[in-house]
Amino acid sequence: MFSPAAKTVAESLGLKMGKANLEVFATTLQSMAELDRDILAVTSDSRGSGKLGPFAQALPDQIVEVGIAEQNLVGVAAGLASAGKKVFAVSPACFLSARALEQIKNDVAYSDNRVNLIGISAGVSYGALGTTHHSLHDVAALRAINNIDIVVPADNHETRAAITLAVDHDKPTFIRFGKAAVYDLYPANAGFDFGKAAVLRDGTDVAFIGTGETVIHCLLAAEHLKQTKGLSCRVISMHTIKPFDVQTVLEAGRECRAVVTAEEHFIFGGLGEACAGALMQAGVMAKLKIVGIPDEYTVTGAQADIYRHYGLSMEGLSTAATALLK
Amino acid sequence: MPYTDRQLQLKSIGYRKKILKYITGAGAGHTGGSLSCTDILTVLYNRVLNVSTQTFKSPDRDRYIQSKGHSAEALFVVLADKGFYDEKELETLCHYQSHWVGHPTRHVPGVEHNTGGLGHGLSIGVGTAIAGKKDNKAFRVFVLLGDGELAEGSNWEAAMAASNYKLDNLIAIVDHNTLQISGRTRDVMSNEPLDEKFKAFGWDVAIIDGHDYPLLTETLGTCRTTGKPLAVIANTVKGRGVSFMEDVAKWHHGVPSEKEYAQAMAELDAAFTAAAEAEKNERVEAGAL
Repeated sequence: MFSPAAKTVAESLGLKMGKANLEVFATTLQSMAELDRDILAVTSDSRGSGKLGPFAQALPDQIVEVGIAEQNLVGVAAGLASAGKKVFAVSPACFLSARALEQIKNDVAYSDNRVNLIGISAGVSYGALGTTHHSLHDVAALRAINNIDIVVPADNHETRAAITLAVDHDKPTFIRFGKAAVYDLYPANAGFDFGKAAVLRDGTDVAFIGTGETVIHCLLAAEHLKQTKGLSCRVISMHTIKPFDVQTVLEAGRECRAVVTAEEHFIFGGLGEACAGALMQAGVMAKLKIVGIPDEYTVTGAQADIYRHYGLSMEGLSTAATALLK
Repeated sequence: MPYTDRQLQLKSIGYRKKILKYITGAGAGHTGGSLSCTDILTVLYNRVLNVSTQTFKSPDRDRYIQSKGHSAEALFVVLADKGFYDEKELETLCHYQSHWVGHPTRHVPGVEHNTGGLGHGLSIGVGTAIAGKKDNKAFRVFVLLGDGELAEGSNWEAAMAASNYKLDNLIAIVDHNTLQISGRTRDVMSNEPLDEKFKAFGWDVAIIDGHDYPLLTETLGTCRTTGKPLAVIANTVKGRGVSFMEDVAKWHHGVPSEKEYAQAMAELDAAFTAAAEAEKNERVEAGAL
């Protein structure tokens, strides 16, 4: 995932590699479920992919398996939630967000059944498996649905906090993350709240606004540009795409010379366009570059290859930023 | 006092008149399917479900999920009769900012789930029934399906799960009127034999006349411990109760003209008068008068 140069920068920042967000999700959910028998995991033959094997062993009465049937997964989850259960429907983001989209729209969001939809192996986590297994549309699709919050945690802290908050959240949620180990970005006891972006580093030359697993690359690019060009870069983790923290985006647009957004998603309808919409509607004409997956047949390869190919890397984001400053 | 079968018949005729009244007033609605499922709703809400304005928030209430959401008008009329809201609200059916839109929503008191997209209700019913089992609750879950709706594959995902989880607290009622918007269901996409399909998916099956109050009562009113979900294939007539609407596909969402409305009301009024007379005679025979 990281070039030797990027690893060196990460070391210089004292960053430590954490676990996969997927693993943190599973252990967080299990620890809460052990204390609350109303917490249920619903899976579509996805307990293994969701690292829920130990959960199923420890709490067999709190896992509901529906087989490979994502529409039924979401409908059953809605029914369980309507009867008072605290439901986490867990399935690969690509299937969950596309095959069951109408169930998400009608039975979860429109009917206001408080289901937490957990999109595992999101983005290009299954990069080498091809486009069938990519979810690069999910944020755009769900942004266009009323009454569901969208959360894309960047690291273990954000994942743990998001899952913990989701249990009793007053709206359905879609929380999507990958399966690769990620760097820890936060100190212990850091805060977190849905809808409030985290400013990980302040600066005034470039604002990098990332979401999910791209945030670390933003942070490395910021440090790289400081070390090589003396630039002062702001780094924002926009972990919640809906509701959207417009204020933090506007401050970035007003106070920095350029804004670079980074997302593991098509460039349409995701973080970048949300930032562009916020900035333009407030009359903030910032220089802006949306870095994500372009409208083309997505290149094949591992997640790291695809990130590198499309510039979702320290090097790629640094280049995008310096191009804007010219 | 529980209702007699004759009194249910009177209620049903009254419901049908109101369904036609409000659909005609709105200039829109699903006439044929509302009339085919009327008797099913009459029996459910007047004899079977432990649902009332007092119990609607109770975790122990039975659940009614109308998966064939387009027959909303039948449900709206019944819920008004059960006191969930003033019937005058139905004068706003499909109007600007009315909660009484063309499919059920939770903004309407008494509605469990927002439905309208087909092939959704049975999965929701499965989830609700699983929750009931987990909590050792006695409530039952009833899902009303259209026969045309069964072409949606999600129904069969849910059917598989229902038997897998031995949900004998789940009852799927198929409003088997054999018509859908384009014509005969068997011509559009045959789903027959329906009973064998449900049996193959591990369900108990009952085939009944969906306009027969004693049969509906016995079939829907009996709590079961067979370890299997129950599919009730209720043979019904689309447009039931109005001669020129019966078994005609165009009345799927046909709205009566002024003349047609008058004719339909005359037929239903005559049926009501005859049934009221019969009801009176039955009370005399029973020594109540």
